Amino acid sequence: MALRLLSLAVLIAAWQIGAHFAGPRLLPEPLAVARAIFEEARDGALFLHLGATLARVAVSFALAMFAGAALGLLMGRSRAADAIADPWIVVLLNLPALVIIVLAYIWAGLTETAAIAAVTLNKLPNAVVTLREGARALDRNLDEMAQVYAMPRLTWLRHVAAPQLGPYFAAASRSGLSLVWKIVLIVELLGRPNGVGFEIGSAFQLFDVTRILAYALAFVAVMLAIEMLVVQPFERHAARWRPKNP
Amino acid sequence: MPPAGAQRTLDVAIQRKSFRSASGESLDVLKDINFSLEPGEVGAIAGPSGCGKTTLLRIVAGLDTDFTGAVRRPAQGRLGYVFQEPRLLAWRSAADNVRIAAPETDEAGLEALFSALGLAGHADHYPGELSGGLARRVSLARAFAARPDLLVLDEPFVSLDAALAERLRGELAALVARRPVTTLLVTHDIEEAIALADRIILLSPRPARILGELRIDTPRGGRGLALTNKLRADIAQLNAAAGA
Ligand SMILES: Nc1ncnc2c1ncn2[C@@H]1O[C@H](COP(=O)(O)OP(=O)(O)OP(=O)(O)O)[C@@H](O)[C@H]1O
Ligand SMILES: [Mg+2]
Repeated sequence: MALRLLSLAVLIAAWQIGAHFAGPRLLPEPLAVARAIFEEARDGALFLHLGATLARVAVSFALAMFAGAALGLLMGRSRAADAIADPWIVVLLNLPALVIIVLAYIWAGLTETAAIAAVTLNKLPNAVVTLREGARALDRNLDEMAQVYAMPRLTWLRHVAAPQLGPYFAAASRSGLSLVWKIVLIVELLGRPNGVGFEIGSAFQLFDVTRILAYALAFVAVMLAIEMLVVQPFERHAARWRPKNP
Repeated sequence: MPPAGAQRTLDVAIQRKSFRSASGESLDVLKDINFSLEPGEVGAIAGPSGCGKTTLLRIVAGLDTDFTGAVRRPAQGRLGYVFQEPRLLAWRSAADNVRIAAPETDEAGLEALFSALGLAGHADHYPGELSGGLARRVSLARAFAARPDLLVLDEPFVSLDAALAERLRGELAALVARRPVTTLLVTHDIEEAIALADRIILLSPRPARILGELRIDTPRGGRGLALTNKLRADIAQLNAAAGA
């Protein structure tokens, strides 16, 4: 913890020094950015845009993880499903995010639905591939045990499969959360009238680096808080059965 | 209540079971294994290591369907299987492992079962915190709690100390006495087979075929030394005849 704080302090110091040489137009001082965050917070604009972005992140992340987990599980368990869906996943995986976003806006208009769909489709293949890996690694011996005791499908999913998929789900969530919020910003930049991405876009047109950094850092802070308050406690809960001190 | 005319016995008629090895050649494991168990009968399978006993149990339980022949299980039969290794859910407590496989078990019954199997105090432990012997007993508890009509056990009492193995054999005998359970038990231990079984099925080395079937009509409680010695001699003779 002490090392982390020290490292963070060095980063801020380097920023301060860099700002000194680059000048306020290219790189404003940390304190100036902090003041900008405070100003934006006071008139409420910060929370409006953070909230809009966060809502988009939450919805598209949840959709992508849910659909991705279901499809990944199916593809990992059924050869036929894998053969059918795999080419689609490979195409989607290799389609640049920007192409998906632009096409979604062209086909569905500059709507919220198009925005959410574009982000979801960007994250989906990654979740599918990770969860498919998890489904393939499911312990066959335990499946046989479930078969012998005639466990209902739902019991199997909850008590046999889900705990084994937990680490894969956590890995997909971790990489997913950072991927999704970056794509949400682009989606907002290109076709939404609010959100952090929209704000950064308009600040860019004025070359207002202070505002760009203010919004970016505020949002990074929010995502860090989610990682620490939601993702990590979930992982600890899912791993509680593992014996301590291996 | 199974409908009249429904299958009641366990009928095993395996003509052939072979595995294909990674290099493509086929390995015969079972050959002409035919036997039946009446409802409530306990059959013990004895045979040398690697002869195909686990393979036979998996076929009987319906886990392996890739063989030539037919197996008919008691109709609507609930199954209990004590695998050769415990196969517990590492992320659920010992008691939850039983509850999940046997959801109809009530808490009082569960507690009684745990104390009968010497598991009292371990209900809330995770499998990773249990010794091998304790985990084996949880696996037994799970099979017993499922109130099976067909119970399959793969060397359930090996590597337990003699006193404990004796006690668990007693619990198995008591379970079978309370409620008729057709039971198929694999064991290395001839004494154990003689103590528990109504019928001993002796297998040859791989590919396993049946060397002989011995019926024991004396009830489990009254099997004295004389009977034990006679059965032992019979088994030795069957093994010797196969070797010759
Ligand atoms: N999935 C498999 N693929 C190929 N060969 C197998 C497979 N399962 C078992 N065998 C082979 O079949 C034979 C019988 O195995 P099995 O596990 O049934 O023996 P066993 O009598 O239960 O042995 P043990 O007493 O050591 O438990 C062995 O030679 C084993 O190598
Ligand atoms: Mg075996």
